[in-house]
Amino acid sequence: MDIYRAHVLCCGGTGCSSSGSAQLIERFEQKIKENGLDKEVKVIRTGCFGLCEAGPVVIVYPEGTFYSRVKVEDVDEIVTEHLLKGRKVQHLVYSDHATHEQNANKGLAEINFYKHQHRIALRNCGVIDPENIDEYLAFDGYKALEKALTSMTREQVIDEILKSGLRGRGGGGFPTGLKWKFAAASVADQKYVACNADEGDPGAFMDRSVLEGDPHAVLEAMAIAGYAIGASEGYIYVRAEYPIAVKRLEIAIGQAREYGLLGENIFETGFNFDIKIRLGAGAFVCGEETALMRSIEGKRGEPTPRPPFPAVKGLFAKPTMLNNVETYANVAQIILNGADWFAAMGTEKSKGTKVFALGGKINNTGLVEVPMGTPLRTIIYDIGGGIPNGKKFKAVQTGGPSGGCLPAELLDTPVDYDNLIAAGSMMGSGGMIVMDEDNCMVDIARFFLDFTVDESCGKCAPCRIGTRRMLEILERIVNGKGEEGDIEKLENLAKTIKATALCGLGQTAPNPVLSTIKFFRHEYEAHIRDKKCPAHHCQALLNYVIDPEKCRGCTACARVCPGGAISGEVKKPHSIDPSKCLKCGACMEKCRFGAISKV
Amino acid sequence: MPDMKDKYEQLNQVIAELKDQPGALMPVLQKAQGIFGCVPMDVQKIIAEGLGVTLSEVYGVATFYSQFRLEPNGKYTISVCLGTACYVKGSQKVLDRLSEELGTPVGKTSPDGLFTLNATRCLGACGLAPVMTINDEVYGRLVPDDIPGILAKYREKEQA
Repeated sequence: MDIYRAHVLCCGGTGCSSSGSAQLIERFEQKIKENGLDKEVKVIRTGCFGLCEAGPVVIVYPEGTFYSRVKVEDVDEIVTEHLLKGRKVQHLVYSDHATHEQNANKGLAEINFYKHQHRIALRNCGVIDPENIDEYLAFDGYKALEKALTSMTREQVIDEILKSGLRGRGGGGFPTGLKWKFAAASVADQKYVACNADEGDPGAFMDRSVLEGDPHAVLEAMAIAGYAIGASEGYIYVRAEYPIAVKRLEIAIGQAREYGLLGENIFETGFNFDIKIRLGAGAFVCGEETALMRSIEGKRGEPTPRPPFPAVKGLFAKPTMLNNVETYANVAQIILNGADWFAAMGTEKSKGTKVFALGGKINNTGLVEVPMGTPLRTIIYDIGGGIPNGKKFKAVQTGGPSGGCLPAELLDTPVDYDNLIAAGSMMGSGGMIVMDEDNCMVDIARFFLDFTVDESCGKCAPCRIGTRRMLEILERIVNGKGEEGDIEKLENLAKTIKATALCGLGQTAPNPVLSTIKFFRHEYEAHIRDKKCPAHHCQALLNYVIDPEKCRGCTACARVCPGGAISGEVKKPHSIDPSKCLKCGACMEKCRFGAISKV
Repeated sequence: MPDMKDKYEQLNQVIAELKDQPGALMPVLQKAQGIFGCVPMDVQKIIAEGLGVTLSEVYGVATFYSQFRLEPNGKYTISVCLGTACYVKGSQKVLDRLSEELGTPVGKTSPDGLFTLNATRCLGACGLAPVMTINDEVYGRLVPDDIPGILAKYREKEQA
């Protein structure tokens, strides 16, 4: 193996790739060669570092210098200054949003964003080259599989997972060990292990990052699961919208087969296990376990009633054990370090860590992994760096279309499965979208219902018809045509749908509406009774006005108005005719004196 | 057209390769869309015959999943992310502006056949919100006023 004096780690996750990290890597390699450093410095394309806000991210080791928002033009400077002369490029070093500190000597672990994190599922993301199995092996890769196969019985493996307290990270929170136990107890000539990588919650991208940054961790865990339940075949069902993840999985499976870590007679124990990839085709409902299995079978992804549970009759009518990507990402570590090590982290009923995808109105957009029980406030303010542009926090949405919006009063809630449900939301897959004072909560509820109506598979009436009726009422309200009694109608419909829908999609679809009614009822009432949107978001309920004190009569607004609604003489205050105003907001964007506002 | 004949041959090869594995219909449809750019009725008929399933089953699957198209897309497919993170940062306004500039409702192709405008689910590039893609090109941190300039770039390329 060649030894290098320095390593340049470039993030090759989807976020950073979208902002041009592939071109960065190319340029780095070219420049390093031009400067004759190619025997001394190695460029590595890693998985996601997590701090997507700062992307594309580049880290130079051994110093651990953290460069952010690096552009192709910056590469020459990093190569000639840092790599050639050993001088860090100060102006490209990551600057902390909150403290504006730009310290080139601070390692990742000391930066606010990472300080509070504890990485288990993401431990290799941004550290190793995901397309090189040797790097995974160097970080204890496939050691857990070896341990399980050569020194543990099936029962011991299942027992270890049970004792660890690991619960399903896809949202349901069902104890993983129990799932394994049920599947192991089923008797059949063929069983399957499946991995749910159909990450569909908007704003959640932790599974993608694990697959892109550490695909072998998932393969290893699936093989361990196969041994535990007695299955020789595994399926990974992954979204087709994740091309980088699919490609790295394919590479990883190929390398694992080559090394004999997948295939026949693994570690010469007589255990056979292999994995196939199946691509989704854009249907949110396929994240539901029975629908996902129908889709792997090549059918319409419609859920089926349970029982029979998949552990008894699943894929191709055989016993099947399905876990989510992040759940699998914890398994090898539990086998290696023991159940007690894992169970020491987290809260009473939620053990270990959870990955959250922070997004929306927050300074540090990205992926964070924290111990269960970490308060929302720590995640949003200490790690996330708070709300940009001095705006006020209004709500945080967790659990995607199945979850709810939590207000500022609940910011000190320690985040775990049970606390979030008690607060009227849920963990879901771990999306966490922050909203500020400019976001209208009624419109957010409408946004999520629009999503569910679109994604409802149509099989059961409560979901197909009920969610549409709810959406119609919400659309009426945001358009200023809400009526007295609408809130009660929504609550009624919500109750019925929750009680009668066939699958998790329908049963949880009303949650965004219920939680916003619970915590932001005044916003609903303002829309319905006063015909006002307190956040000044809903177009039908707002008017643009010009403050005559501030208006200089520059005519910029009148010239940009597409509806000819603004009149006034030059150098005299202008005014807007509300009957002609299209409420496009073009005038407000154009005004340089801050004279136009929404009321 | 020799080109089309070639494509049908490719399709038949795909069917022959995959037909014996369980659950072959979805992978075959995905490959077929890769070959033809969409899965129109005649392609579905060939798949149904090749796999020995009814046409209604093929049509049922092709119309269930949003990824499958029965009609071809424009030369450039614009996908605006309407995931939550993008939505709270104003992606709806970006989409509205595109629809206005192209004179095309969402989900349709512009009259000149150049652009297909889609609203998509979360692309997972939340750090760049609001985000859109035009074919494989990613545009992030957008405001509606960026749109005319971006479209002009593609139109100029076509005229050249």
